[in-house]
Amino acid sequence: MGNYIKLIALGLVTLLALIAANYARDLAYLVNALTVALVAGGFFLWTLRRTDEPSPGVDLSRQYMDGVVRAGVIATAGWGVVGFLVGVTIAFQLAFPQLNFDWAQGYANFGRLRPLHTSAVIFAFGGNALIATSFYVVQRTSAARLWGGNLAWFVFWGFQLVIVLAATGYLLGATQSKEYAEPEWYVDWWLTVVWVAYLAVFLGTIVKRKEPHIYVANWFYLSFIITVAMLHIVNNLSIPVSLYGSKSVQVFSGVQDAMTQWWYGHNAVGFFLTAGFLGMMYYFVPKQAERPIYSYKLSIIHFWALIFIYIWAGPHHLHYTALPDWASTLGMVFSIVLWMPSWGGMINGLMTLSGAWDKLRTDPIIRMMVISVGFYGMSTFEGPMMSIRAVNSLSHYTDWTIGHVHSGALGWNGMITFGALYFLVPKLWNRERLYSLSLVSWHFWLATIGIILYAASMWVTGIMEGLMWREVDANGFLVNSFADTVAAKFPMYVVRGLGGVLFLLGAIIMCYNLWMTVRRSPAVEATNSAVPAE
Amino acid sequence: METYSLLRQFADSWVLLALFAFFIGVVIFAFRPGSTKAYRDVADIPFRHEDAPAPRKGDDDTAANTRDARPKEA
Repeated sequence: MGNYIKLIALGLVTLLALIAANYARDLAYLVNALTVALVAGGFFLWTLRRTDEPSPGVDLSRQYMDGVVRAGVIATAGWGVVGFLVGVTIAFQLAFPQLNFDWAQGYANFGRLRPLHTSAVIFAFGGNALIATSFYVVQRTSAARLWGGNLAWFVFWGFQLVIVLAATGYLLGATQSKEYAEPEWYVDWWLTVVWVAYLAVFLGTIVKRKEPHIYVANWFYLSFIITVAMLHIVNNLSIPVSLYGSKSVQVFSGVQDAMTQWWYGHNAVGFFLTAGFLGMMYYFVPKQAERPIYSYKLSIIHFWALIFIYIWAGPHHLHYTALPDWASTLGMVFSIVLWMPSWGGMINGLMTLSGAWDKLRTDPIIRMMVISVGFYGMSTFEGPMMSIRAVNSLSHYTDWTIGHVHSGALGWNGMITFGALYFLVPKLWNRERLYSLSLVSWHFWLATIGIILYAASMWVTGIMEGLMWREVDANGFLVNSFADTVAAKFPMYVVRGLGGVLFLLGAIIMCYNLWMTVRRSPAVEATNSAVPAE
Repeated sequence: METYSLLRQFADSWVLLALFAFFIGVVIFAFRPGSTKAYRDVADIPFRHEDAPAPRKGDDDTAANTRDARPKEA
């Protein structure tokens, strides 16, 4: 019966998408509508072939739902490589403008590729990592199978569709020009649907948990899901110009719009890239270290302090703008207070290894997790410092900001995700161990050196251009033109690009290693053969 | 009084106080007597139920899912 309803819905979506494609007012909308028609049509056929087939009749409630986690792991690794590759491309486009090829103008120049890079790494790589690990962790720590049956698969495929629609839209010029919230109105609406389903699966699993206590990792994941829903809806309040076009008009305007955007933007960092990934830290670091978290009390205080404070920090993106001073001061103060919970969390993660520091020598995966927590501590020190108004007057609009973001994103988010993937793949594919630990070491060192090259070159070029912009001569005239600063930055841009190449190389080595783990590593001996494979 | 000023005044007096009191409450709660023992137990949650969900009441429990996956410390 359920399948008939699905077939009707998918058929209707296919039809409506084709009608929309027929009336499309712009190329991005046309391509997106055709994509939706193709995907919905494909799922229609897939469902049709499975309708009225007898069900295998296995009791699934005694097994974890790991298929969707496996798919999420593959998507994370794949999108990661794509996102890093686009990042390396635009880094070299900045160093060598000739790489903005004439034949690709309007599609693959820096302005079009940059949001593709940020969305690919944050939402496609980071988002898939969060969804996959949260599904894995919530099942293990609740001792219950995912709630909602195939709803988890809907979340997975729905999220991939969001990524594809957004990415093709960017290349063809559909954007609402809000940083990290570029997708146009129909992608926003679809993401809202997918996100509500995600919340339902996660919360449903927690509700039917067999462990009386909700483990702290789930608190972080849950706050990430709920807050991102709220941020996404409020920041994307817009009215489409036409139902058949991609353009929409924001409901807020002026400084209200700016404040809403950076309330969203900073909490995308705070809840997507921090709270969610802290959920990963609170599960995978104890698992890999084989000892419980250093202080569970600290983790509770860490959680509440972090979510109470992060939400106020956004206005520090708007120093010296039309935003009232009291608001940007508030953002600055809260950013500095934020240092405490951030470092509390870092200490909690690092001290989990106390008594087991020797593992750093023998286990490259724990090394990856530790350096990730280290980068978390470093960038959560740098961030509050840069939010101070006086420092911000030097750092804002310079490459220092870019360096700060990347030490957090590559160092903290990237490394903890790599660590989680190395942990998950042998478990999910029932392998005894990884294919090669020395390849993990290669990945570790390539990525670390890559991040150091990146961050160091951006510090140099950022502070240099900040100083050049404010330099005045004895008569009060500016000494440097903007083009002077661009020329002076060239060597650092090349170093930054090379750092990106090393990081990308590490990720490709990881993909090879994980692939060979699934193909070649010996399977776990059948001690638990009572549990049939899914 | 216009809505903005009213909400603003409310936000930076009573709501601020309420949020702060809640947070202090959380800290006190975390350090309540007996919490160390309780938290030592829940901190071990990741090391249970590695391979399969917990059995329902009445199911026989032969699967390997309830064993402690964490190696015992020497």
